[in-house]
Amino acid sequence: MELIWQGVVEAIRLLLTGDPGVLAITWLSIQVSGGATLLSLLAGIPAGVALALTRFPSRGLLIALVNTGMGLPPVVVGLFVSIFLWRSGPLGLWELLYTPTAIVIAQFVIAVPIVTGLTIAAMQQLNPRLRLQLLALGASRWQMLWLLMREARLPLLAAVMAGFGGVISEVGASMMVGGNLLGQTRVLTTATVLETGKGNFDVAIALSLILLALVFGVNYLLTWVQQRGRAA
Amino acid sequence: MSIPVLEGRDLRVVYGRQEVLNVPQVDVREGEVLAIIGSNGAGKSTLLRVLGLLEATTAGTVLYRGHPVSPSGRQGLTIRRRFASVFQEPLLCDTTVRVNAALGLRLRGRPTTEVDAGVRLWLDRLRIAHLADRRAHTLSGGEAQRTSLARAFAIEPEVLLLDEPFAALDPPTRAEFLSLLQDLLRQAGCTTIFVTHDREEALQLADRIVVIIDGRVRQVGRPAEVFGRPATEEVARFVGVETILDGQVADDHDGLLSVAVNGTKIEALGKARVGEHVLVCLRPEDLVIRLRGDRGAQESARNRLDGVVQDATRLEAQYRVQIACGPQMVALVTKQSFEEMGLTPGTRVVVTFKASAVHLIRR
Repeated sequence: MELIWQGVVEAIRLLLTGDPGVLAITWLSIQVSGGATLLSLLAGIPAGVALALTRFPSRGLLIALVNTGMGLPPVVVGLFVSIFLWRSGPLGLWELLYTPTAIVIAQFVIAVPIVTGLTIAAMQQLNPRLRLQLLALGASRWQMLWLLMREARLPLLAAVMAGFGGVISEVGASMMVGGNLLGQTRVLTTATVLETGKGNFDVAIALSLILLALVFGVNYLLTWVQQRGRAA
Repeated sequence: MSIPVLEGRDLRVVYGRQEVLNVPQVDVREGEVLAIIGSNGAGKSTLLRVLGLLEATTAGTVLYRGHPVSPSGRQGLTIRRRFASVFQEPLLCDTTVRVNAALGLRLRGRPTTEVDAGVRLWLDRLRIAHLADRRAHTLSGGEAQRTSLARAFAIEPEVLLLDEPFAALDPPTRAEFLSLLQDLLRQAGCTTIFVTHDREEALQLADRIVVIIDGRVRQVGRPAEVFGRPATEEVARFVGVETILDGQVADDHDGLLSVAVNGTKIEALGKARVGEHVLVCLRPEDLVIRLRGDRGAQESARNRLDGVVQDATRLEAQYRVQIACGPQMVALVTKQSFEEMGLTPGTRVVVTFKASAVHLIRR
């Protein structure tokens, strides 16, 4: 108990004094996971909308693959991204391994199926006749897509939250493709693992608290957007 | 005759292997209310969607004011924006009544002042101005459907497409709605295509009726024509003719025909050759029943058959009575006279009806 208490006190001190090392790690986490989430939205939402609203052969197979991807183990992603970025690998020339970009790529791969899968579900829970009604009201194709997405905004924001939550908390892939290099690729999760291993529980607890606060803050903001104007 | 607003030629719609629509010709004229009636699954909603440029046909052409048009592309969108639709479900967006009512105008990029004015006018006319700030999902079925109508009328469409707009409403709401819609259509004067399986609604609203059965148009005409002079047995059944009997024309006295039906003679006004086989159609409300031995009513009626009550079912304000008088007949009797006569299975009665009430379908 004493250990945890000391850890919490030290954590609060670190946070209040604005320890530069901790701040840098936090900022990198926000940049990397935020960037990966944004990219996954850019790819996953259009893909999900398309898979939900169109009919073509092998569509069922694709959706099944996306749903499988939602449970993709981060270490597996880390392994394959490492192989691709390895100096002798297919993308080795870019020399991206052990850079923040590598982490963004790995986290993007983790988040895309989550965002796509939840977007498919979000769009499919809409009344299918709503499309006909919007068309009949004079909506162009793009107007219709925009209105349908607005109708599905609650579950779509849940997709954003799930995507961000999936990557900010992930450690295996970041460790493998980032290397946990101090000042370069050390993020909140990998730093927590390291400090715990070294027995620096106070720092580890501080990092965990920041991570929790960050996840809470982002989700609180998204929930506020989601629930706005929905008084029972 | 002036060019129809919409016309369909050789329309065919096939889903998989099933042909759901096959209509050689149909037109919608300026300013009229055209009802498309038929039972569930007859293809009437499909015809509405095809004419409203909401669905592509497998074959055939839709003409808008004489020009062939297709649902796809820029041209389809431009023409479609002159139409507005109301479906069975209100299909509102998850926002306020006001924003929903404005949707059609906004999609057309109309300026805000025009949108606001249109929305205010139509919320008022549909008597839902007090609900303007309510969210759609808190509305009752009737309120939601009014919002859907306001959204459609606010566009001030050239053609209004209505697909069973009352089907999901409870009977009192529905009756209120029907008369409201009748007033609005009279005021707005816009061309309307109105799909319904309810013949009362069609009678009340329509200038012309298209009867569609199994994807094919069986009859087109004014309501009195379709209901009084159905073209085929199926149409007759659909428009509420309950007595349909096989007969053969036995005699012709200057248009007053005598038709032999199952051992009895029925007199009818109509055109058919002597010896020709016909279907004798009688609407239940045209038959009058009294107890055998009673005198009085309907002495002028040409037809007078003795019969025995077989069965009776209670409807809202009337009884539906089945009578065996040689052929089987069905009559409607008011609750009052039903009780006065004390009709029960086995009661001996006289059935009378005018020769002009008989409609003959030549076979």
